[in-house]
Amino acid sequence: MQRYSAFSLLRHGLTGHRGWRPAWAKARPRAAYDAVIVGGGGHGLATAYYLAKNHGISRVAVLEKGWIGGGNTGRNTTAVRSNYFYPESVALYDLSLRLYERLSRALNYNVMLSQRGMLIAAHTPAQMEICARIANAMQLNGVDGHLMGAEEAVRRIPLLNQTADARFRCLGGVWQGRAGVARHDAVAWGYARAASALGVDIIENCAVTGLDVQGGRICGVDTTLGRIRTERVGLAAAGATPGLAALTGVRLPIHTYALQAFVSEPVKPMLDTVLLYLGTGTYVSQSDKGELVIGGGLDRVPTHGQRGNLPAQETVISGLLEMFPAFAQLKLLRQWAGVVDVVPDSSPVIGPVGPGGLYVNCGWGTGGFKAIPAGGWLLAHLLATGAHHEISRPFDLDRFARGRLIDEAAGSGIAH
Amino acid sequence: MQRFSCPFCGLRDETEFHFAAEAGKHRPEPAPEVSDADWADYLFGNDAPRGPAREVWVHLTCGEFFVMTRDTVTREVLGSAALPGRSQ
Ligand SMILES: Cc1cc2nc3c(=O)[nH]c(=O)nc-3n(C[C@H](O)[C@H](O)[C@H](O)COP(=O)(O)OP(=O)(O)OC[C@H]3O[C@@H](n4cnc5c(N)ncnc54)[C@H](O)[C@@H]3O)c2cc1C
Ligand SMILES: [Zn+2]
Repeated sequence: MQRYSAFSLLRHGLTGHRGWRPAWAKARPRAAYDAVIVGGGGHGLATAYYLAKNHGISRVAVLEKGWIGGGNTGRNTTAVRSNYFYPESVALYDLSLRLYERLSRALNYNVMLSQRGMLIAAHTPAQMEICARIANAMQLNGVDGHLMGAEEAVRRIPLLNQTADARFRCLGGVWQGRAGVARHDAVAWGYARAASALGVDIIENCAVTGLDVQGGRICGVDTTLGRIRTERVGLAAAGATPGLAALTGVRLPIHTYALQAFVSEPVKPMLDTVLLYLGTGTYVSQSDKGELVIGGGLDRVPTHGQRGNLPAQETVISGLLEMFPAFAQLKLLRQWAGVVDVVPDSSPVIGPVGPGGLYVNCGWGTGGFKAIPAGGWLLAHLLATGAHHEISRPFDLDRFARGRLIDEAAGSGIAH
Repeated sequence: MQRFSCPFCGLRDETEFHFAAEAGKHRPEPAPEVSDADWADYLFGNDAPRGPAREVWVHLTCGEFFVMTRDTVTREVLGSAALPGRSQ
């Protein structure tokens, strides 16, 4: 692997930048692998990297139907945080945040993690109580977070509408200082490059069409580029995971919905944190280029089409303008959607399913970008050892039969 | 704005409707003999099909549940009908 540094940039600059090699090798499928990962999003690529890095298993292929990072990983609004409610969730998301904090160095790839803090803002006394409850839970779980009053919130976000007739006048909220944003493409590319350097094959334009099962165990996958033998398969295909699991008769507790995002034209710096408003469901941050990156709730119609509908757009944008009337002057540059895999308790499904050797890492719904390092770490552990890591155990599919849901939608009241 | 058809009220804006469940689930009975796994599958298991799908929706305005057939990729509505036993 060509290492990136200020020095290598300078050195290549002297030769007109003609000496750079591709960040990862374009591979063709081999006949057999020790493990096959389906889905070249962040979770699949991170899984491959940690299989090689943590477990020394590098005869691994990542099979991606399109191009890596072309799914939700390249479509999300990049908020990373660990302000969840239940101890199980905090263990998971904080592992992820801690891995993110070291990721640029570990991968030798700048993922542009910017821990600019995040405010979950409230505008009613009842919501402030919810915020206090989340802040208390975070502190009990040993994660940074505290309740913030209106004065400090407005000091941090001066453009917030605090006029007497404001519909959603901010009363404060929960603050997590370690939360922030990271560059989504860089996370996918950084993991791909580091995995490729350790010997993993990253195979794009290769869709998995079948899972071969013999004697109750996985023995291979069928793909558009032919059959591949393997005894271990990890599914990390977001909204496509239910269809893949169904090939072995497994039904998952997942509905697929479109989730939209928007960016505005670039403007001068005016918002240096991430803001999520409980009252409107809209959240926003400002990118390094100056664009506002805006998101909100799900479209309410189950779909597999990566397109958003108009009612959800109206809700998100009107929510934004209630918070920041000044933004009404901005033009939107782009709008898009991803198909997210939503589970009733808003927590992921990680663990073995169906035939021996088959594992899933899915159900991240609207909030799995922040979880990419942990999701990869945990699926790699399952594929390598055949057993749960203690952090993934509560997220096994069996929680639905055992009645041990981890209901973050109800617990932390946040969707992303 | 897409419009869906309620079998009772006709074409209305999509915002008047709410998705309830995939159609065709049968509640396992009798309850004391149903295993945890079967019950969990009944409550939570989905097919999340790509393409044509039969789904139970509710028209929030009139409160009626009904079956809608849709394509989940193109979003084309293929038909809607009252639930068995409900006259239109
Ligand atoms: C608009 C939007 C905003 C979001 N905002 C945030 C946020 O602010 N913070 C946050 O934490 N999360 C956010 N999320 C959620 C986050 O993007 C996802 O949870 C996360 O990216 C999921 O990663 P993944 O690797 O599981 O899936 P993906 O990145 O979707 O990767 C799955 C891959 O599988 C491939 N695939 C599918 N079928 C097959 C097949 N048969 N064979 C081979 N490959 C296949 C797909 O092409 C795709 O590349 C957002 C999502 C969206 C859509
Ligand atoms: Zn009606």
